[in-house]
Amino acid sequence: MTVTTGGPLPHATYDVVIVGAGVVGCAIARELALHPRLRVALVEAQDDVGQGTSKANTAILHTGFDAVPGSLEARLVREGAHRLAAYAAESGIPVEPVGALLVAWDDEQLTALPGLAAKAEKNGYEDARFLGPEEVYAREPRLGPGALGALHIPGESIICPWTTTLAYATQAVRGGVDLHLNCRVRQAGTGVLHTTRGTLHTRRIVNAAGLGSDILDRDLGHSDFTVTPRRGQLIVFDKFARELVRHILLPVPTALGKGVLVTPTVYGNVLLGPTAEDLDDRTATGSTPEGLALLRDKGRRILPDLLDEEVTAVYAGLRAATEHDDYQIHARHGQGYVTVGGIRSTGLSASMAIAAHVVGLLAEGGLDLGVRDELEPVRMPNLGEAFPRPYQRPDLIAADPAYGNLVCHCERVTLGEIRDALASTIPPGGLEGLRRRTRARAGRCQGFHCGAAVRELLEGRRP
Amino acid sequence: MRSVDVLVVGAGPAGLAIAGRLAAAGAGRVEVLDRETTAGGAPRIRRPRAGRRRAGAAERAGAVVRTGVTALGWSGPLALDTVGAGGHETITARAVVLATGARERPRTAQLVAGTRPAGVYTTGELLRAVHGYGQRIGERAVVVGAEGVSYLAVATLRTAGVAVTAMVTDLPRHQASAVRAAETRLRRMIPLLTDATVTELLGHGRLSGVRLRHRDGRTTTLACDTVVFTGDFVPDQELARRGGLALDPGTRGPAVDGAFRTSREGVFAVGNVLHAVESADAVTREGEHAARHVRDHLAGEPWPSTLPVLVEPPLRWIAPNRLAPADACGFVLRTTEVLPRPLLTVTQDGRVLHRQELPGTAVPNRPVYVVGHWVVSVDPLGGPVRVTARRG
Ligand SMILES: Cc1cc2nc3c(=O)[nH]c(=O)nc-3n(C[C@H](O)[C@H](O)[C@H](O)COP(=O)(O)OP(=O)(O)OC[C@H]3O[C@@H](n4cnc5c(N)ncnc54)[C@H](O)[C@@H]3O)c2cc1C
Ligand SMILES: Cc1cc2nc3c(=O)[nH]c(=O)nc-3n(C[C@H](O)[C@H](O)[C@H](O)COP(=O)(O)OP(=O)(O)OC[C@H]3O[C@@H](n4cnc5c(N)ncnc54)[C@H](O)[C@@H]3O)c2cc1C
Repeated sequence: MTVTTGGPLPHATYDVVIVGAGVVGCAIARELALHPRLRVALVEAQDDVGQGTSKANTAILHTGFDAVPGSLEARLVREGAHRLAAYAAESGIPVEPVGALLVAWDDEQLTALPGLAAKAEKNGYEDARFLGPEEVYAREPRLGPGALGALHIPGESIICPWTTTLAYATQAVRGGVDLHLNCRVRQAGTGVLHTTRGTLHTRRIVNAAGLGSDILDRDLGHSDFTVTPRRGQLIVFDKFARELVRHILLPVPTALGKGVLVTPTVYGNVLLGPTAEDLDDRTATGSTPEGLALLRDKGRRILPDLLDEEVTAVYAGLRAATEHDDYQIHARHGQGYVTVGGIRSTGLSASMAIAAHVVGLLAEGGLDLGVRDELEPVRMPNLGEAFPRPYQRPDLIAADPAYGNLVCHCERVTLGEIRDALASTIPPGGLEGLRRRTRARAGRCQGFHCGAAVRELLEGRRP
Repeated sequence: MRSVDVLVVGAGPAGLAIAGRLAAAGAGRVEVLDRETTAGGAPRIRRPRAGRRRAGAAERAGAVVRTGVTALGWSGPLALDTVGAGGHETITARAVVLATGARERPRTAQLVAGTRPAGVYTTGELLRAVHGYGQRIGERAVVVGAEGVSYLAVATLRTAGVAVTAMVTDLPRHQASAVRAAETRLRRMIPLLTDATVTELLGHGRLSGVRLRHRDGRTTTLACDTVVFTGDFVPDQELARRGGLALDPGTRGPAVDGAFRTSREGVFAVGNVLHAVESADAVTREGEHAARHVRDHLAGEPWPSTLPVLVEPPLRWIAPNRLAPADACGFVLRTTEVLPRPLLTVTQDGRVLHRQELPGTAVPNRPVYVVGHWVVSVDPLGGPVRVTARRG
């Protein structure tokens, strides 16, 4: 098992190097790990996997009911959602099949619902159903006044995006993939990657660089698309808000824009967002006073009581939007290169299907995958409230008292879990990584009580 | 399931004080739980010895103090589910006392926009980092707030070798002792920026600065690698809320009457969970005083029905915020505005119960104390008691 965070890179030539350890790159690495004869590396500019857009989304496992029918995205989201639901169940990734309501607040939105139902059918999704206002309020009693009806999409689920990315990466590394962190590709050419940690040679390159995918593409002589970061700001409300909402409350898209959603999270919070702002700066992951004010305005209409609850966190993610409506997945067989770009707002849901598709493209281009083996299943630590957490398990505590020793009180994270994360296959690069693995410091006090103790545990392991 | 006579949640000064008094008075088995590994509550961070002394005193009086045990929730009106390294346990009691303290609201709850860099603290985290672990903090800090605890943050930063660039408050003046404020500004040369709000944090990875908006609409940026959000206290009321106890909309802690009784028979609350925050000495006195009421309850005194005590702006909250007929208590309150020589009026159903001009100036984030001799004239069958204040 190889995870490097510094120093020189291996000299030998890889069969495949994947650039970018987001949810997409990690899924591809995992898919390639099924083929033990391949020498594969996953290189990532940052100090951890999943530190780009993959950490900052709305964490919905979409069915793809509203994709553009016939598009690659539509197919991959549909397939990916099924695969990921099954994978999550076997790997301990928390998923809650809460279902979604597209709530119509005016006549324009109401008249758009039948069209959306028809679109869902074209996308192979048959379970969409119209609900009248009584049924909507019966299902969501705390909804603000004025809802005219809704489309119910029972198949939409909520999922933990951090555990998903980490599960893929863990399985890939255990399956023989080399993960090189703090390794930014500065310049790419056919079969060669010049990185901040030296040069890598490889027979195939997979570009899964998210917001940087068009830059890498240009290095290799292609200019099919340009990434325009589209920022989405989100507000995370206190866990006491969880009982206010039962479904994912999606906006009805109309000519006037997309609106914002309210959704529970698997951690037991409630999310409000995202905004949609086209920017130039690919690093503009900050929230703004205007963005937060806008979200609160919209949220007040959807779920008025939500605004009375405390805010636990605020964050923003950048969608890798392009001038095209579909994913930008292109194989350049002559060059030994596959671009996986423009994975804008559904990449988490589609990740496993994207990975299978990309490996298919590599094989088509002549890469000899060799035998296919099963991977050792992973069992990820559970961060979801719908499943028993370690502090709730007498069996675990009896076997190891560290699981009864709470360190982060707001999120009820135990010493045992923090210790496990620090000793895991891909240990966290810092406090943020530790938070995504355990939820330590992610709660309402944001470290007032446990921040220093958690930092001490993290830094204590270092020489 | 195990039974005790009194179960106190929280081994801070308030919890330890009430437990010690009750044990000494022969209230039976008195047990104090704390989720931290050492007893003492908030003051123990800076003065571990004071924490040990208070815990030792409670134990000598006969109370059992158990650390590393968290009260998770309720499995009955007077039954708490707990967890610790020893496993799960449900403890029932004849009386439960919530003494869970308070915390500062972090940057996120205050909706300060911007990035999420390292170098962002509350005073509580800063104190633990510096006094508890000797962690490295940074080079240059901005302190948000200008109340007592803010000056504590300044002192702690200086101890840790961090230069303080400025203190910032959205109020027109500081809210600490005049001596402390003057000493910091004039001798330490740390400027206090008033009428200014921190609107955004800047920097990737590490904080690089904070953006301020001034009352006149100007915005400026202060370069710093550390920012400490101080004050803006809220009660740690999660256990109370999880148990379905009535909360006071002003304090946001459990609503209590003059005898520290919550809305649930047998459940009391003391300390900063009621009024965030008072000093350690004040909550110690409060705990000692509250012990008598718990004893009365154990002796069979009936749980009375109560009337609400409401405040109107510019007052923010009052504690206690319910009244029972026989209550004899004082009150503490907070204002949102600076009120020189405030004139306080207490009414019920339009009838004036009490009028009082307070000496000095009422300042936000600082306690205003009000005597309660007027409580005897409250009509127990009447409407809510209202407290108003205006400039004298
Ligand atoms: C607000 C918001 C809400 C969303 N909601 C959902 C949702 O509910 N459901 C859903 O399925 N999807 C959702 N998405 C979309 C989903 O998050 C993305 O599609 C997905 O995370 C994309 O993953 P990725 O691996 O392509 O990109 P990223 O996660 O950005 O990964 C790319 C990685 O490449 C690295 N990199 C870039 N350049 C280089 C280089 N030169 N060298 C080395 N490494 C490099 C980056 O550091 C980064 O780690 C949402 C997105 C946003 C912004
Ligand atoms: C940062 C900061 C600085 C302060 N500085 C000063 C100062 O300099 N001087 C001063 O006089 N006062 C100061 N105070 C005020 C201080 O809060 C009081 O002095 C005093 O600590 C309040 O006592 P308490 O018993 O009400 O609460 P706390 O001291 O806060 O004690 C509450 C205890 O309850 C425990 N607890 C909470 N929930 C649970 C649960 N579910 N299960 C088990 N245990 C639980 C906590 O671990 C904690 O130990 C400061 C407060 C803060 C936050």
